Amino acid sequence: MSFDDPFDADRSLQKRGCSCGGHATQAEHDTETLTSADARTARIVESAVVRALFPEDRSRRAFLGAVGASTALAAISQFFPLGLATEVFAQAAAPEKKDLKVGFIPITCATPIIMAHPMGFYIKHGLNVEVVKTAGWAVIRDKTLNKEYDAAHMLSPMPLAITMGVGSNPIPYTMPAVENINGQAITLAVKHKDKRDPKTWKGFKFAVPFDYSMHNYLLRYYVAEYGIDPDTDIQIRAVPPPEMVANLRADNIDGFLGPDPFNQRAVYDGVGFIHMLSKEMWEGHPCCAFAASKEFVTTMPNTYAALLKSIIDATAFAAKPENRKQIAAAIAPANYLNQPETVLEQILTGTYADGLGSVKTDAKRIDFDPFPYESFAVWILTQMKRWGQIKGDVDYAAVAQQVYLATDTARLMKEVGLTPPTSASKSFKVMGKDFDPAKPEEYVKSFAIKRGA
Amino acid sequence: MTQNWLGLRAGLVSLALFALIVGVWHIATAGTGTAVKMDPEYAKLMGATATQGKSAMPGPAEVGAKIWQHLRDPFYDKGTNDKGIGIQLAYSIARVGLGYLLAVAVAIPVGFLIGMSPLMSRALDPFIQVMKPISPLAWMPLALYTIKDSGISAIFVIFICSLWPMLINTAFGVATVRRDWLNVAKTLEMSPGRTAWRVILPAAAPTILTGMRISIGIAWLVIVAAEMLVGGTGIGYFVWNEWNNLSITNVITAILFIGVIGMLLDQLMAKLQRLVAYAD
Repeated sequence: MSFDDPFDADRSLQKRGCSCGGHATQAEHDTETLTSADARTARIVESAVVRALFPEDRSRRAFLGAVGASTALAAISQFFPLGLATEVFAQAAAPEKKDLKVGFIPITCATPIIMAHPMGFYIKHGLNVEVVKTAGWAVIRDKTLNKEYDAAHMLSPMPLAITMGVGSNPIPYTMPAVENINGQAITLAVKHKDKRDPKTWKGFKFAVPFDYSMHNYLLRYYVAEYGIDPDTDIQIRAVPPPEMVANLRADNIDGFLGPDPFNQRAVYDGVGFIHMLSKEMWEGHPCCAFAASKEFVTTMPNTYAALLKSIIDATAFAAKPENRKQIAAAIAPANYLNQPETVLEQILTGTYADGLGSVKTDAKRIDFDPFPYESFAVWILTQMKRWGQIKGDVDYAAVAQQVYLATDTARLMKEVGLTPPTSASKSFKVMGKDFDPAKPEEYVKSFAIKRGA
Repeated sequence: MTQNWLGLRAGLVSLALFALIVGVWHIATAGTGTAVKMDPEYAKLMGATATQGKSAMPGPAEVGAKIWQHLRDPFYDKGTNDKGIGIQLAYSIARVGLGYLLAVAVAIPVGFLIGMSPLMSRALDPFIQVMKPISPLAWMPLALYTIKDSGISAIFVIFICSLWPMLINTAFGVATVRRDWLNVAKTLEMSPGRTAWRVILPAAAPTILTGMRISIGIAWLVIVAAEMLVGGTGIGYFVWNEWNNLSITNVITAILFIGVIGMLLDQLMAKLQRLVAYAD
């Protein structure tokens, strides 16, 4: 979470875990003390600044250990007015435009965007936002490009694809916040309950929501790790999520890697079982994102800041487990997700039926963390390259920076005369394999199964 | 007398068929299957289809109750994404009406031109032949891309799909007006405009109306699909939204409503058609 105190020497900004040991996560620990939105905003800005000064966590710890937190705070404040940066972010002038339209796809990934409406987060930041349900990813892309929507819920690879002009005209796009992490699953038809080994999946037909989706990349990654070539040994097609359950029932597909609520819905309707949660492949992977065109960000900075604050606020609220039931009730009606409340509750609380007769508990089944780490973007680009969606040389860092970091953090830093950080990175493991965002090309080459040169 | 008797018998057969369909439907969906033995904690998290083996297809009683529920409160508005079925149908009808009227405004003049001028008829023929068989929904991505507005794109799709039958029928009707009548008009030294208005239009009206009747049917077919694509409002969106919730009951309800409205539109055109009909 980005609410960690960056002036605490004992605390890692890059990893999860609580320093006092009394809480499951650092975020929980902190949100207990950091209750007001202002304090949270200040913390986010501070984190960004310190992360910029010390891309290496080791050097940050060494620095803080050597001089002490209060000295560090004073020293940094001297050449970087933290108070001012926080103020610019927190006390932006009145929004240029109050009535906004934000598009969403009815899946639980969109929880922060949706719940901000019934739970009043938009109003709190002076905005009158209409959240509009949209039929599919291509439509949400087109409606956002047409400016019918001011901002939208997208799959996190989409802003990258749009910016690079893959599958659409190249238009500079930004992704200021990740909505959710984890929260996806591989669901298989009940008849396959004995085929839990991916090596036995040859000839299976799978569905994913979109070609440019984490789902597609994760499924491909997963089966490839077991020696199954996703292009020749199995079939993967893009199917709108609600149709996944119907297709599973009709035996048109053998399984899908899709967003919730449809994994749990397949279980609820007795047609499928949850083979694996996506967090078991990559703990903390991004999925969906809150995206806006670069034009919106630059022409209406105050509106944009207010909107982003609403989302960050809602995300922080959603990150707390004790709020999850309340959220499930708020977003279940037909105006929002239009799903049975018990299905949403199982997803958000993480106590769920697995479809094979047992009840499982995993509080992190879906989680919410707004910070768009650039290394996420780099990983996505490596997979686009790996499967031939983009060809030739890719300037991974530049694209990732343009899309994921042409964001609030960078803008605020520029406003006060600092160069934005080159590494808002976080290293992570995907299925046990380390990913080094500094060496994307080697990473692509290291896979046995891949497309193109 | 025999006419009445026939009508009565036909009505009886219709009723019997309806009862048969509903009966078969009821029996086919009534079975609750075998209840699977489950841990109660687990069962609480599952739906009725999984726990009681209830059919995923709703029975006629469920659909009936749903229809009643929609009819009782057709115009509620619970926010952007949840409006009553009456409002949704009104949106769809407005879109169809607008696209259709635009198509009428284009198809009838152009149809006259083609019908009256053999040159234009031949010149435009290849275009019409190529454009006519294109599925209107194939225009959707192109429309979204160029018009940059999903609402207008949907109307454009209605326009393009209702254009061709009207255009072709108008051209045909105009071209096949009896020579004698045109010759009489010529003898009376009527101007071409007056001839078109007083002689050709009434003569071709039944054929034109046939084209318009075909068009409105197609437009109503297409609007549902178009709205499922662009979403937002309309009966097509309603179907999509309930499909999202896997609520087959609501989908069947919507299908029945779509059928009834389609029938009403067709009856309206049939009435107009009778108004302009004439005996040779």
